[in-house]
Amino acid sequence: MIEVQDVTKSYGTTTAVDHVSFTVNKGEILGFLGPNGAGKTTTMRILTGYMPATSGTARVSGFDVFKDSLQVRRHIGYLPEAPPVYADMSVQSYLEFVLRIKNVPSEKHAARVDDALAKTNLGDKRHELIKRLSRGYKQRVGLAQALVHDPEVIILDEPTVGLDPKQIIEVRNLIKALAGSHTIILSTHILPEVSMTCDRVVIINKGKIVAVDTPQNLTSQLRGGQRIHVETQAPEKQLQEVLSKIPGASRVQVIASGSDGHVSATVESAQGQDVRSQITAQIVQKGWPLYELRGLNLSLEDIFLQLTTDDAAHAQPSN
Amino acid sequence: MRSIYAIYRKEMGHYFVSPIAYVVVGLFLILCGFFFNLYLSEAIRASMEAQMQGAQFGMPANFDVPSEVIRMFLGVLALFLLFFIPMVTMGSYSDERRRGTMELLMTSPITESQIVLGKFFASLTLFAVMLLPTASYILFMWFKSEPMPPVRVAATGYLGLLLFGGALLALGQFLSSLTENPIIAAVLTFAAFLLLWALDFGSSGAAGTFEQVVHYLSVINHYQGFTQGVIDTSALVYYFSFIALFIFLTVRSVDSMRWRRA
Repeated sequence: MIEVQDVTKSYGTTTAVDHVSFTVNKGEILGFLGPNGAGKTTTMRILTGYMPATSGTARVSGFDVFKDSLQVRRHIGYLPEAPPVYADMSVQSYLEFVLRIKNVPSEKHAARVDDALAKTNLGDKRHELIKRLSRGYKQRVGLAQALVHDPEVIILDEPTVGLDPKQIIEVRNLIKALAGSHTIILSTHILPEVSMTCDRVVIINKGKIVAVDTPQNLTSQLRGGQRIHVETQAPEKQLQEVLSKIPGASRVQVIASGSDGHVSATVESAQGQDVRSQITAQIVQKGWPLYELRGLNLSLEDIFLQLTTDDAAHAQPSN
Repeated sequence: MRSIYAIYRKEMGHYFVSPIAYVVVGLFLILCGFFFNLYLSEAIRASMEAQMQGAQFGMPANFDVPSEVIRMFLGVLALFLLFFIPMVTMGSYSDERRRGTMELLMTSPITESQIVLGKFFASLTLFAVMLLPTASYILFMWFKSEPMPPVRVAATGYLGLLLFGGALLALGQFLSSLTENPIIAAVLTFAAFLLLWALDFGSSGAAGTFEQVVHYLSVINHYQGFTQGVIDTSALVYYFSFIALFIFLTVRSVDSMRWRRA
């Protein structure tokens, strides 16, 4: 659906986007993750036909973004970082204007406006002037304009910025509901958002792609193994011995938690080795209470920081 | 075509919602009314004097009040436009860029030409609306004068005014597209108009070839004929070329926004 091949964008001596390549399949939600200034917005602007790339090609729905720019723009809905709204217009007239410039025939306008308003929960603000709306509502109008012409591809630049927690959940649900029938690229700083909504993630830093994968793969690959956290009540030395004896356990670290007499331990195992059942068995056998047993995965936050602070060209497993 | 209309409609909506348009048009009409009244009284007084003199010396009085008033009135109107049009055009593109809506327009299936034409025609319509009440003064004078001169004279005058205004609007829009700041656009446009006026003023009497060329290029020069009821084809060609040139430059300028940083 979307193919980006070796796209570069430079302004004089600065390179904003550096030989970036990735694809997005039909119906997929791709997350674009990166620090400020990484090149996310620039890449999106190239895809939406706003600006041309310095070199490389990009295709959306089979059309080249440079050669068939007008065609590409027919198939795309775009929400830039700041919602591109006309403050003096009412929500309804604004959406109708957008429909007109997106070449949607007038018979369909009423239905499409109703649909967009319903999806973004703006029904009761239909006749309200946009300048009277709060920031969160303006953001929703921006979202509505990206959807109103029912485009195949939707590109969202930080769609949940400025929204309250309830609205954020609504937007994420909306995005998930749109997947399948629409192909979506969304950029964000909010890491949990990526793991919650996206099928795949592209991590970009300083114009270069640093990682492309599913959120789950990224977290497990990078970790290079499993970590189990167990909480019980036992003499520390004994706990250390017992846990270390478990086959597959590579490193055991016991910490006394002090106040309630509980003792917790972290057991590391090689990738693919699930030692949880054995931990449980051992502890129960010794007659110790088992308060908590959970897996600790490297969060996407950790990966993100690691990848973007190391200046790594590819993901590196941690020790 | 529909896209041009969509932009046109949006622009018209904005003009009639923004206080700037009302203030500009209001002030303009107040000034016009004042000057029309002034010229009319002056012309009537002068014609009565001419009549008395004619009676004294036995010569027929030949003072065409309506034509004189039209000529002077349209002349001063053109001067007003040099001040008022920058205020109309200053926000055309700069507002869009500041609001971020330029990004919406540039990522929609609409060409730069369609955007520029839509905005231009909207500003032209606003201009025509601004002129309409003044036409009523002229008509009033026309029907009250005996004998009634051919309407052609008034109609030609207004045609010239429309072309002259159209040229200034095209130039003003072009200058607005160069900056994000409407004040800078207004100042630039005003300065450009002053420069044009000075060129005209400076070169009108001159005999040298260079001065004559400059005078030919003057926007105001070609307007004079219209105020006297003359439709000069060279003037028509001049204005259409002028407008076409600046519309073209505006399209290029809008396109260049795609290449600018951020």
